[in-house]
Amino acid sequence: MTFFPYLVAAYIFLVGCYGLATSRNLIHAVGCLSVCQAATYVLLLTVGYRDGGTAPVFSDIRPGSRPVVDPVVQALTLTDVVVGATVTALLLALVIQVVKRHGTADPDELRELRG
Amino acid sequence: MTRRARLLVLAVGGAGLTALLIAACLDLPDFGRAAHPYGTRAVSAALARHTANTVAAVNFDQRAFDTLGEMTILFASVLGTVVLLRQSRDEERAAPESARVAAPVRRYALLLLPVAVVTGLYIVAHGQLSPGGGFQGGVVAATAIHLLYLGADYRSLERVRPVGVFELGDALATCSYLVLGLASVLAGTAFLANALLPYGTFNTLASGGSVPLLNAFIGMEVACAVVVLLALFLDQAVEIEEEGNRNG
Repeated sequence: MTFFPYLVAAYIFLVGCYGLATSRNLIHAVGCLSVCQAATYVLLLTVGYRDGGTAPVFSDIRPGSRPVVDPVVQALTLTDVVVGATVTALLLALVIQVVKRHGTADPDELRELRG
Repeated sequence: MTRRARLLVLAVGGAGLTALLIAACLDLPDFGRAAHPYGTRAVSAALARHTANTVAAVNFDQRAFDTLGEMTILFASVLGTVVLLRQSRDEERAAPESARVAAPVRRYALLLLPVAVVTGLYIVAHGQLSPGGGFQGGVVAATAIHLLYLGADYRSLERVRPVGVFELGDALATCSYLVLGLASVLAGTAFLANALLPYGTFNTLASGGSVPLLNAFIGMEVACAVVVLLALFLDQAVEIEEEGNRNG
């Protein structure tokens, strides 16, 4: 089963999507979006894994002495985590404004736009 | 659309997506395989430029231009949050009262505060050598300041954290990153190319050419961004009240 970790990523993504679609609360929806994003971390790290590999940092191992995991996907994941956190903050700020203006956090009750 | 119909559409779409994802997973390269062409090339490029932490080399040397895009997203989302969470006309600020903090909480929070700040700065400074870097160290340093909120009270946190200064720091760090990129253009190489500074001795603080500098700018930007974000959300929770709530 060399593809099992990929299936885990797909599963996390689908669970996040289900949560997003059935959400009754905007804060819950933002959380589900973070779950979807966590799937991309799992996928990226899975793509970069190498059997017996260690961290691609050569401050304490001699270059070439041990296999290292793929640093490119690690770099992508790391930036994704920070950017994801700030975008989540932006979305939560949006939710605060929605609750202030409309008095509800339920997306079903937000029918029409108000000025 | 009723709730039931929506669930039905979701089930059909979800089933289709699941089938496609499983088919895609079966065709992906084997997990844990030995061949990583990009990884191998990234490692040798990082070693050629005397950067011990390959992840930092990828972020601030080989993909420095992409990191510029990512820091722009970061900057834009902080800007958006500042605009969204500003005080509106029908709200007013109420000064929070200081609450008593349990003695052990106060002791350990204040004891840990300097340690946490130094740890954050250490992680930023050693980004090109050991695991970590500007993104992670910035978050550690920024959240460390908030131990003051746990250990003392909101007033003392506000005194060490003038939001305006941190907003300015955020913008300055973003500009510095751009300016360093433009400096390499003026020096006759490509935008953000790591050819401006000497590569230094491998595995020392001054190694990696422009990597430690770009790393420090990112660290500053992330730290300022997190402080501003937390300040805005804390303001919402602690200070800003609607007029109706106050009177009623």
